[in-house]
Amino acid sequence: MAGKGGVGKTTVSAAVARMASSVGMRTLVVEIEGKSGLSPLFGRSGSLSYSEAELLAPSDTEGGIRARTLTPDDALLDYLIDHGLKRVSRRLVSSGALDVVATAVPGLRDILVLGKVKSLEKGGEADLIVVDAPAAGHALTFLTSAKGLLDAFRVGPIRTQAAEVIGLLSDPARCQVMLVTLPEETPVNEMIETAFKIEDRVGVSLAPVVVNSIYPVLEGLIPAAASAALETDAGLAEAGRFRHARQQLQAAQMARLAEALPLPQLRLPYLFSTDLGPAEVDQLTAALAAGVRALPDRQGARP
Amino acid sequence: MTPAELARTRSVLICCGSGGVGKTTVAAAFALEAARMGRRACVVTIDPAKRLADALGLGSLSNTPARVDLSLTSGDTTGELWALMLDTKTTFDELVVRYAPSDQQAEGILQNRLYKNLSQALSGTQEYMAMEKLYELHSDSRFDLVVVDTPPTRNALDFLDAPRRLTRFLDNRIFRLLVMPTRAYLKAVTLATQAFLRTVSKVVGAEVVDDAVAFFQAFEGMEAGFRERAARVETLLSDPGTAFVVVASARKDTVIEAAYFIDRLSTSGFETANLVVNRLHPRFGQPGTAARLRAAGRDDALVTNLAQLEAVGEREEAHFAELAEAVAPAPVTRVPFLADDVHDLGGLEKVAAYLFAD
Repeated sequence: MAGKGGVGKTTVSAAVARMASSVGMRTLVVEIEGKSGLSPLFGRSGSLSYSEAELLAPSDTEGGIRARTLTPDDALLDYLIDHGLKRVSRRLVSSGALDVVATAVPGLRDILVLGKVKSLEKGGEADLIVVDAPAAGHALTFLTSAKGLLDAFRVGPIRTQAAEVIGLLSDPARCQVMLVTLPEETPVNEMIETAFKIEDRVGVSLAPVVVNSIYPVLEGLIPAAASAALETDAGLAEAGRFRHARQQLQAAQMARLAEALPLPQLRLPYLFSTDLGPAEVDQLTAALAAGVRALPDRQGARP
Repeated sequence: MTPAELARTRSVLICCGSGGVGKTTVAAAFALEAARMGRRACVVTIDPAKRLADALGLGSLSNTPARVDLSLTSGDTTGELWALMLDTKTTFDELVVRYAPSDQQAEGILQNRLYKNLSQALSGTQEYMAMEKLYELHSDSRFDLVVVDTPPTRNALDFLDAPRRLTRFLDNRIFRLLVMPTRAYLKAVTLATQAFLRTVSKVVGAEVVDDAVAFFQAFEGMEAGFRERAARVETLLSDPGTAFVVVASARKDTVIEAAYFIDRLSTSGFETANLVVNRLHPRFGQPGTAARLRAAGRDDALVTNLAQLEAVGEREEAHFAELAEAVAPAPVTRVPFLADDVHDLGGLEKVAAYLFAD
């Protein structure tokens, strides 16, 4: 999942996880940036940590949803421990020596995170892993890190790691990038730009894009708003015009997106709520599922 | 302090907040307003949306301020608006050149591979350079006010620690020991460190370690200058002429983050001077109109729409109250969700009209 800050990446991750679980897939959500608003979306309190937490229990009908964090620092530490440096690893972190190494090798942190995701995938403990990626600008560096390292290293464990990560990223049956946006000028521009760069530079297959927070169409609102000057309640007319104006703007942005980016759009409604919880995630999951069902067959094979 | 007072009296304004709340727009609106008050204001943006960047004359990345043409904005503007898009790498290069004892040493650093990665790969570097640029512009007699938009990182307050983070990096003990003459080096480098370096060499290649050693060698003697500069940047942040503005939206998740920012600023000894709540849904007519109309038997699209907008407006109002409490006694300023997106000076003027209403 990638997208500009504030577009609802975490919410969409929750809906995708919910949808996958509902068809029996064991789902794991991985949070790269450490902090996340994921738990409240499943009615849980507290924040996620490095060890997995259950957000939705598996049952006859549900595959279940688990979630964890995986920050670059965690991944680096894991890597050291795997390489027999457990005893000194804490000190190496606290002395800042690792900062020097990670700076000397750009993309090292990213490749370790992706490498860890890859080993989670290989471990087979989940049927679907949803990675809540860093905000858009960084998402690209994050995804291109493997290629850069493959060019820089001819031999050694980093090269092996990078090659395996590329194997994961470039196989559309294993991995796809889902981009999320709002139907607004700036996020749409950013999505278009990111989409082309991801395809060109990373060679990752793009899933349908998600357009989040669209004002639902109210039958009859537009003609009513147009003639609302006759209304006696000023607020009623004004509210109608506001929604009408915003909806026109949103429609124009979605049309622009469709023209610039030949990918199907999964459209999620704005829920007129400021506090999203399980009930709202259910609504979004239903909208997402409807969107996926409406996709051409080729795209509908996977959630 | 009200936004108008801040724009009129302060010399540095720092806008912070989580991604997507409209920080850049608010920062630019502050600078525009100061210009209209007759001041010479410069806004430092980190990653502006393209159309806003174009509107501010920031079509291409430049690390020096460019004057924005205000002749098309309404009213007589006697002040000046300048804008700049931060170029982290160039800012860092300039700093190196400033502190290097010789051109040769500067060149040695600028050409070093580890240095070349520094501005991209060391987290906190962009934040630090934003603060560095702020310091430089503050010292520039061309400007009365510098407004800075903070980078959209995972922790929007990384800039508070950034100067210290970089100096710690430059002071790194293990690698500095490698620069020392061999005998002392052998004595001082512990077995654990040697084991670590051997592993590093094996894992990432000996040249990476060589680059690191060469970098610290080239930096020899410059850390003091950098540390002193970082200290001055920190002093500027706590200067009475500096004010922090937190930008938020009235959604539960961003409210939680904004409360965290306010708290974090305060534990670092900085006060939030104003909290701007952006993108609030506008309120329409008298509260409860939709319910009244429904009770009277109306149930058409206009009523449903009003009911939905009233519902979200009420929830936002509750979050607004929470934010007001978190930031009290500092005031909270409302900016509504406008019917269209902000991407030009006209849009900035609209935002400014709400921001500086009093």
